[in-house]
Amino acid sequence: MLAYRAGAPILAAQFLADVARLSTALGAGRHVLNVCADRYHFTVGLAASLLAGKVSLLPSTRTPEVIAKLKGFVPDAFCLTDEDECGVALPLVRFPDTAHPGERGAQTPAASVPRIDAGQRAAWVFTSGSTGTPVPHGKTFGKLLACMRVGAERLGLADGRSHAIVATVPPQHMYGFEASVLLPLASGNALCAERPFYPADICAALAAVPRPRVLISTPIHLRALMAAGLAVPETDLIVSATAPLSAQLASEVEQRCATRLLEIYGSTETGSIAARRTTATAEWRLWPEVALEPRDGETWAHGGHVEQPTRLCDLIEVTGGDRFLLHGRLADLVNIAGKRSSLAYLNHQLNSIPGVLDGAFFHGDAGDDAAAVARLGACVVAPGLSAAAIAAELRRRIDAVFLPRPLLMVASLPRTSTGKLPQEALRSIAAAQPKPTPAA
Amino acid sequence: MSDNVSSLKQPADSAGIAALTRELASLIVEALNLEVAATDIGPDQPLYGEGLGLDSIDILEIALVVSKQYGVQLRADSEENERIFASLRQLAEYVNAHRTK
Repeated sequence: MLAYRAGAPILAAQFLADVARLSTALGAGRHVLNVCADRYHFTVGLAASLLAGKVSLLPSTRTPEVIAKLKGFVPDAFCLTDEDECGVALPLVRFPDTAHPGERGAQTPAASVPRIDAGQRAAWVFTSGSTGTPVPHGKTFGKLLACMRVGAERLGLADGRSHAIVATVPPQHMYGFEASVLLPLASGNALCAERPFYPADICAALAAVPRPRVLISTPIHLRALMAAGLAVPETDLIVSATAPLSAQLASEVEQRCATRLLEIYGSTETGSIAARRTTATAEWRLWPEVALEPRDGETWAHGGHVEQPTRLCDLIEVTGGDRFLLHGRLADLVNIAGKRSSLAYLNHQLNSIPGVLDGAFFHGDAGDDAAAVARLGACVVAPGLSAAAIAAELRRRIDAVFLPRPLLMVASLPRTSTGKLPQEALRSIAAAQPKPTPAA
Repeated sequence: MSDNVSSLKQPADSAGIAALTRELASLIVEALNLEVAATDIGPDQPLYGEGLGLDSIDILEIALVVSKQYGVQLRADSEENERIFASLRQLAEYVNAHRTK
């Protein structure tokens, strides 16, 4: 069993046939932006690309600006899509329509499992970095699989049973790429084609597949699932990542779903490197062979599947052996609903807008409602531009989750004599704004 | 009539839809802590992307508020899902047709 779609099984033989067929239809470009919304299609696209010696591109967002940067990075990039409308400004390759069910069995030749060299570059993933250009990180096939073989063991999914793995996360981001695509492939479990969104969808997707079944999700979706008041189908494991999960929410999930909840810690650059059972301990346990090294107040990860020594963007306290605690993010880092960026990158984008003389994002106050998603704010000096015009320009450059709320037009930014811009000063400006009253 | 239909409230007339639209505007502004006044959101103003500028996180939050307030469970595979968040009016019409509270 390789996959499920709406509860209907897709066998490995079908997958291999689909992969073989697509690998000859991808065209000449060596770099694929795989935007397939259906997770099975994405996986066929990934495998076909590997077979054809092509590298998959996984940018964290697909704004026009980022696509333009990708084209500069790899001019032969093309886009593989399974949707009727695709707004990406790259040459498009459409995922082939599947054959009629009746034809499938008869015409599918027995395809063997292709051998892919462990050292083959499977993908470029991208982080925002501190300049305006996304930073590429190469991922080799062998290391990607090795990471998820360990992941499967650490999550208890390597017991020989085939688990149906339902995921709310897209396969195009590192967490979803690993946990919802590579993990099932690497450990003999089954991926699910759907990407459920609303709580009712999540429940339906779980109910559609047989047990044992797993839910791969994030704090945002788990919180919504708990708040929806629906009966969640029995699930054998729930996994959360991309942002810290509160012990309280973890507890609620475990109790109401009568299940285990495990959290994964990782990054786009390193992939998954640690896990914990949140209700049992605050400590994370590293993947074997991955090591942490303190350097000048920062923590670097290396070893195992980690491609190269990588600076981690969180404040880490090693508690001994292979265990550590997280103490929050480094100051410049932004994590909104599990998507990561940096203030430096976002400020660069803001200041690159024609007409913007000076501009800065800031972290909002945590606020009273700890459950709500905290957004960034921004103060902008741009005489002659409206907030709406700037928002529209930002929308072309950065992911929607980072769009500032509020976006305040100001005469000048509260820079100190040395040119620094304290976050507190920016927040004060926002706090001093009058609450909006209805237009007359 | 099936049992499901008999539990729905009577469909509202246009005045009822207008009132529901205003109700939803207030709920959304409050739930998302938006900087705009509820009465400034036009009934046909796009909610997603340009317009009010909501993203998928907001949609999830609105879905929660709507389910708590009106007993409506949104489903992404419903044919109407594309249209539901096109505007306040569309959302109000959907909620009105499916509310159980």
